[in-house]
Amino acid sequence: MSKFKKNTNKKLAPISTASLPDIVFMLLFFFMVTTVMRETEMLVENILPQATEVKKLERKSLVSYIYIGAPKGKNRKGKYGTEAKLQLNDSYAKVADIQSFVIAERETRAEEEVPLLTTSIKADVNVKMGIVSDIKQELRKAQAYKINYSTRKDEK
Amino acid sequence: MARSNRSIPEINAGSMADIAFLLLIFFLVTTTMDVDTGISRKLPVLDEEQEIEDMQGNDRNIYEVYVNNKDALLVEEEEMNIDNLREGAKKFLNNNGRDPKLSDNPEKAIISLQNSRGTSYEMYISVQNELTAAYNELRDEAALKKYNSNYSVLPKDKKKEIRKMYPMKISEAEPFKQ
Repeated sequence: MSKFKKNTNKKLAPISTASLPDIVFMLLFFFMVTTVMRETEMLVENILPQATEVKKLERKSLVSYIYIGAPKGKNRKGKYGTEAKLQLNDSYAKVADIQSFVIAERETRAEEEVPLLTTSIKADVNVKMGIVSDIKQELRKAQAYKINYSTRKDEK
Repeated sequence: MARSNRSIPEINAGSMADIAFLLLIFFLVTTTMDVDTGISRKLPVLDEEQEIEDMQGNDRNIYEVYVNNKDALLVEEEEMNIDNLREGAKKFLNNNGRDPKLSDNPEKAIISLQNSRGTSYEMYISVQNELTAAYNELRDEAALKKYNSNYSVLPKDKKKEIRKMYPMKISEAEPFKQ
């Protein structure tokens, strides 16, 4: 009998929180490593179309982005209209600017990486093909042949 | 000399967790985990632009797909629903000379895609998606038959072989001005 009653007076030992910082730090490092900060502010509406046969874009450092869509927000719509516009880096651009954009992108990369450069076209679902065709034509002129139509993966 | 005997007071590490939490929450909020995915294509070189008819000289090896400015689909001069495009393209590619209207063999077959300037991007992507799916399914079938495994898990040289059997030839013409 006495064997079981022994422990009843003893206080419950508090759970040690000494390892809590370690756990938190572990999580912290994980998120620090996986974080990609958004470099560009979106000036255009950008809802990507859905597709099933998608491929992952590898090596993000070798990808340059072209955004296409109607100006985002009421203010900008009043100022620039509702026609689809092109965004390169942080500002609106014209189709004719693409060649210099591609050249500028090339200059920031090492020479051996230039042939691997991919241009990702991020166009909104409501964009018409006219502007996209113009952009493709400009990319061909700039000899940036590798392109990728950015899509969302279709959940099935 | 009495000073040297004194031990250095320990720094209180109790607030370490709080600081770490603060940083953790910051990174949690700013993290975007999305991986960029999309349909990859290679644009043709500018001065290689030729009439497809000249290259093949044979109408049966060309599968014409046209999307108009109302997003309607015209395939081989007949209206088609987008849901049937995948099957239609597969039939065309894998014909191997059986039907005189369809392709001789998959290596010669070309899909000619044309759109109008008013076609919506969404429709264009779904057409591209269906065509890619047709090729992917055919490659998968060939891989299963030949190596008994899916195309995506094959080693590189075998993938290349399968790709040679079903080369993806999608030619895009200049869009109509409408």
